Amino acid sequence: MMETENRETSPAGTQPDYHYPAYVSSVLRSPRLPLVVLPQALLHCESPVFGHSLIGALDHDLTAQHAGEPIGERIIVHGRVMEEDGRPVRDALIEVWQANAAGRYRHRSDQSGMPLDANFSGAGRTMTDGEGRYTFRTIKPGPYPWRNHYNAWRPAHIHFSLFGAGILSRLVTQMYFPGDPLQPFDPIFNSIADEKARNRLVSRFDMERSEPDRALAFSFDIVLRGALETHFDTPFGRHTR
Amino acid sequence: MRPISSGSQTVGPFFRIGLEHLCAQDAPAWGEGAQIVRVRGRVLDGEGAPVPDALLEVWHADAEGQYGAGEPMQSGRSACFTRASTDDDGGFCFALARPGAIDCGTGEKQAPHVAVLVFARGLLRHLMTRMYFPGEPSNAEDPVLRLVPEDRRGTLIAREDPQRRGELEWNVVLQGNEETVFFAW
Repeated sequence: MMETENRETSPAGTQPDYHYPAYVSSVLRSPRLPLVVLPQALLHCESPVFGHSLIGALDHDLTAQHAGEPIGERIIVHGRVMEEDGRPVRDALIEVWQANAAGRYRHRSDQSGMPLDANFSGAGRTMTDGEGRYTFRTIKPGPYPWRNHYNAWRPAHIHFSLFGAGILSRLVTQMYFPGDPLQPFDPIFNSIADEKARNRLVSRFDMERSEPDRALAFSFDIVLRGALETHFDTPFGRHTR
Repeated sequence: MRPISSGSQTVGPFFRIGLEHLCAQDAPAWGEGAQIVRVRGRVLDGEGAPVPDALLEVWHADAEGQYGAGEPMQSGRSACFTRASTDDDGGFCFALARPGAIDCGTGEKQAPHVAVLVFARGLLRHLMTRMYFPGEPSNAEDPVLRLVPEDRRGTLIAREDPQRRGELEWNVVLQGNEETVFFAW
């Protein structure tokens, strides 16, 4: 049913299928009729341009948005955003959101009963630099229970939203942590069938970037679909800093 | 080895924390002469139930058919992008300056439309669709609409809202008989 799904550009198993019954919420929310394949040339010119002034000075530091420090393990999350040909994606808007150290989101629908942290909102944003690099400071989110199946727990993760060169590059994903024993049991993580592709969503512990007496670091690189170069004249070349 | 693009994962139920800052809340201040279009609708699942935790991203051209030609986006809107999340009843509304016809350099004009990305709990990967304008003669020549089976094209064309003059109504049906046409890319 979903065979029409873009197999020529995303190798099999590297993107999740819409209909994935192990993730119960997908069952009634996934299309059943064939997707209509759009030639890329009809899409490539669609792109908003985000200015750097969207980003506040503390937006990348989720530990510094309140009067006090949030509870939890301080961490640095950094990495590179690149296109499939390895070129850096410059001035890419990245938005992140996450649970606090106890596994609770600051959201009215989070009924987990875990405690809120008055010093943690759990949202951040930044833009990549000229080499496609980004850095966030935050605390390590806790795993949390959910109702997908009996004794279901989400492994610790940070949600990432990214804009690249155009509409084809748009990506929302989740970053996981190395060595998390919950990953093999998580249907959302395992919705990416290809093991290598799945494991690329697991960040790497980075001793070199860890800061003595301050924070451990994790590195997480992200690859976005590129745009057709011949049709593009630097849509992200404008700064208004 | 050529790296492949990173895998998609659902926005989950709590995306408002991170993404709602770009939802346009107040009346937009567009330039003089802009023709403002308001669109209301609902996101529905395979049983016709409202989807209260969906986010639409609306990507569109300006009146001249250009993308991102103006100033870079500095706040909750630009001429070419907006977000709308659904309420408890699955309802959403967004407003935009009516886009012009688009020439992507393929030599074929595309009828005025907005591209809509749909994110929600339950969607492991976002969906891509389009909303076209009712009564627009160039819809008949649009190269994308022509790729869509004729009996399903109607799901991509908004209706005049009978309750509110000048406003449009357009629903996103994720599954079922009235399923909206979604695109693979």
